[in-house]
Amino acid sequence: MPKHTFVLNGKKVTVDAPDDHSLLWVLRDMLGVTGPKCGCNLNVCKACTCLIDGVEFTPCATRVADVAGREITTIEGLADGDKLHPVQEAWLEYDVSQCGFCQPGQIMKAVGLLNRKATITDDDIDEIENVCRCGSYARIREAIKAAATKMR
Amino acid sequence: MSAPAGRQLEHGPGAAAKSVARRRFLTYLVAAPVLTVAAERSLSALATPTAAAAIPSPPQPANIIDIGEIVVLATRPTAAIGFQIRVNEDGTVDVSMPREEVGQGLSTVAAMLVAEEMDVPLGKVRISLADARPELLFNQLTGASSGVRSIYHPARATAAAARARLLEVAARRWGVSRDELTVADGVIRARDGRTTTYGDVTKEAARADLPELKVKPKTKNRSRYIGKPAKRVDGRKIVTGANTYTLDVDVPGAKPCIVRRPPTISGTVRSVRNVGAVKRMPGVVAVTTIPSGVAVVADTFDYALNAVNALDVDWGPGSIDNLSDENVRAKLRAMAPKLDVPEVGVKSIVGEFDFAFATHGAVEMNAAVADVRDGRAEVWAALQAPVVAQEEIARTLGIPMNKVVVHVMPSGGSFGRRLFHEPAVEAALVSKAVGRPVRLLWHRTDDIRHGRVHPAKHHRIQMTYAAGNVVTYQHHVTSVSTDIGHGFGDVLTAKVADIPIAGNASIAQVAFHTMIHCPYNFGVVTETLSEWTLPMHTGSWRSVWSVTTRGVEEVMVDEVAAALGKDPVEFRRRFLKTARQRAVLDKVAEVGQWGKPMPKGCAQGVAVHDESKSCTACLVEVDARDPKHPRVTKAVIAVDPGLAVNPSGVEAQMLGGLTDAISLAFRARLHLVKGRFLEGSFANFHYARQKDSPREVQVIVMPPTTGEPGGVGELGLAAPFGAVVNAYARATGTKPRSFPIFSELDFTPYPPSTLPRPPMQAPPAKP
Repeated sequence: MPKHTFVLNGKKVTVDAPDDHSLLWVLRDMLGVTGPKCGCNLNVCKACTCLIDGVEFTPCATRVADVAGREITTIEGLADGDKLHPVQEAWLEYDVSQCGFCQPGQIMKAVGLLNRKATITDDDIDEIENVCRCGSYARIREAIKAAATKMR
Repeated sequence: MSAPAGRQLEHGPGAAAKSVARRRFLTYLVAAPVLTVAAERSLSALATPTAAAAIPSPPQPANIIDIGEIVVLATRPTAAIGFQIRVNEDGTVDVSMPREEVGQGLSTVAAMLVAEEMDVPLGKVRISLADARPELLFNQLTGASSGVRSIYHPARATAAAARARLLEVAARRWGVSRDELTVADGVIRARDGRTTTYGDVTKEAARADLPELKVKPKTKNRSRYIGKPAKRVDGRKIVTGANTYTLDVDVPGAKPCIVRRPPTISGTVRSVRNVGAVKRMPGVVAVTTIPSGVAVVADTFDYALNAVNALDVDWGPGSIDNLSDENVRAKLRAMAPKLDVPEVGVKSIVGEFDFAFATHGAVEMNAAVADVRDGRAEVWAALQAPVVAQEEIARTLGIPMNKVVVHVMPSGGSFGRRLFHEPAVEAALVSKAVGRPVRLLWHRTDDIRHGRVHPAKHHRIQMTYAAGNVVTYQHHVTSVSTDIGHGFGDVLTAKVADIPIAGNASIAQVAFHTMIHCPYNFGVVTETLSEWTLPMHTGSWRSVWSVTTRGVEEVMVDEVAAALGKDPVEFRRRFLKTARQRAVLDKVAEVGQWGKPMPKGCAQGVAVHDESKSCTACLVEVDARDPKHPRVTKAVIAVDPGLAVNPSGVEAQMLGGLTDAISLAFRARLHLVKGRFLEGSFANFHYARQKDSPREVQVIVMPPTTGEPGGVGELGLAAPFGAVVNAYARATGTKPRSFPIFSELDFTPYPPSTLPRPPMQAPPAKP
């Protein structure tokens, strides 16, 4: 079985898995990292969104072999110890979460966006495809804007 | 797409004969008042030659007792034992809540109630979801917008009892009376300044031989938490990825499991041709057949997915293989009772509306973890009716109920879906068959194809009017039957006989008539439900009949207002029954600037809704300059829940209702073709995304009115639905009749039975 080594939330990990094994299930089933959620396994709902070298991506549509040597951050690795990331803080401040299942993905998507852009427009937010079946979109929008201000 | 404009009729269609459904309605539910009213129907119409005042409508069942209250009633006998409060020596308070957290924020409300009553900081109260407790009988059901109402008194009473016990210990220690003590932040203080803490006295309070203490929850005027917005108590866990949902539970040795399901709904497995070959595939642990399909247990879900797709199965037919949307729609239309012929000289408008099937579509798919070995079972799942699940697991496995432990997990959304427990039963069956714990997951595509759906519906409405008044209002709802489910059903059947207005009605009839009522004085009001029972999987889809029934009623209200030459807000003000309803309407009209000029192709829409002892109004702006791609650009919602224990939670529920309403009005539906739903993902089932949601949303939670919390879980859909459709109709000059308005099949369906995989893509390059 091929071995794959990458950095996960700041720590080097190595897993045995076929090259084309989906990274989502490597994370969840082999490494026990359950923050990235599965809401479709079709790269549509985006609930599994994580960061690779600071850019958002969906592990469900990524082969484990393709992340060798890269740095992956899941929701568990976003905060700096007890110090939450500004996006997480904004999520709490705006009381965004309802069932919460999609929120790790929503947060990681927002972090990815804010890593690239200092100012976020409503048009940028409209492009976020992450599904929130509880319909918390209005609060997500407010929280992203607030986080952008904090991070500036 | 929109149907042609509704007809304006001088005379109603057909004969005046009463249908079977209508007779049943009268006999079963509201026999006396409605029969009386029915006899007076024509007199009312003719006795008002001038428009002096709106013609009052007599109360409907839901005005007297609503479905949530029935659920609350059912909890009474065991209310005292439902909540379990433990005070720890470090001053924290653990509360075991016999309810499900589906995202509605009930844990937060429970923590607020306990913190308020015990005078401890909110942050010191931890809520856990109780395992299935059969001794609670009907007191472990989460649904029917009963959550806050069902815990409001029991949680406070239990907390008050705990507080009294702790104070009694301190009082005895100091030789003073309990009444002389005060508490703040868990610190007990005597008049002479001596202090101790809950943590210090908790052990003694448990041991002490204390007399039964008479306690009464606090009065409302000293609230620290109740009525003030509180953030979710589980918020931090959620945003750090630490909130543990079903599949996140760490059960040692529990292997991933996916079931290969039939090509059509309720199809059966005749045989599997290649079990041996699939068992030899990489990562595969076991293959076993269960009633719903063929289960593969593997080392990862990825391996399981490969293996289920490799299975070569001979499938038997499904239960509705001859049915498609067209047949269902035609049947529902044919079943609809005929409308009464209006009196001569009385004008009428008629509207007929159709709704497609929709999937519940919680983002957390159906899932369960089960460990069934050595004659006992332990199951983890998101369950709104865990006791019923426990019973069925025991029955299915053939073991006693006390050998089945059911852990209730937080639910990644529900919308009524987790009133059912098929995944838990499936996981238990697979675990038993393979002799090891399993973690079972439904793929999204199966969750849509074989999961529970909002049933298709037809609505037929007639309003007659004369001299500026609506004199009769008839609304016949025909629907594929809604499976109200065991847990819910048990509560209703158990309580129906006790309800004076209900008699021996069927469960669905009671549920319908205790949920739906017309908030307007429209003279003689008749609302009926006729169901077509089909062997398919349906569910209540947050609000059951309310969003469609009350939603299209609000559409017809706009149309009758137009027929009478009245402004929609003025018209509603005049005919609404209560001051609370008028207050929420006035609020949105004021804040949303009703009547302000709008660009061509854009319009405002407004609607009001009253349900579960709460009421709400919504005003939206819709931009339909591209009529095929309308967008709700702004929404203003006012909500009066009687008493908002947590206004932030109430607001969240309203946001959810708004998004649901936009989805159902515009694009969210399933296509049924020969016993199979064609949709297979959120790329096909168009639940609203960020781009479909208004950029500007304002929710106004009204100050307390009744002083008692009403229900809000299902309240928030009907008014936004009506407002969105009314705005779209005004902006485009159409009269939408078929929902969702945009209904085309705009995707290539995945092949039946097998499960799609995402196209793999290279990760983004290092920046």
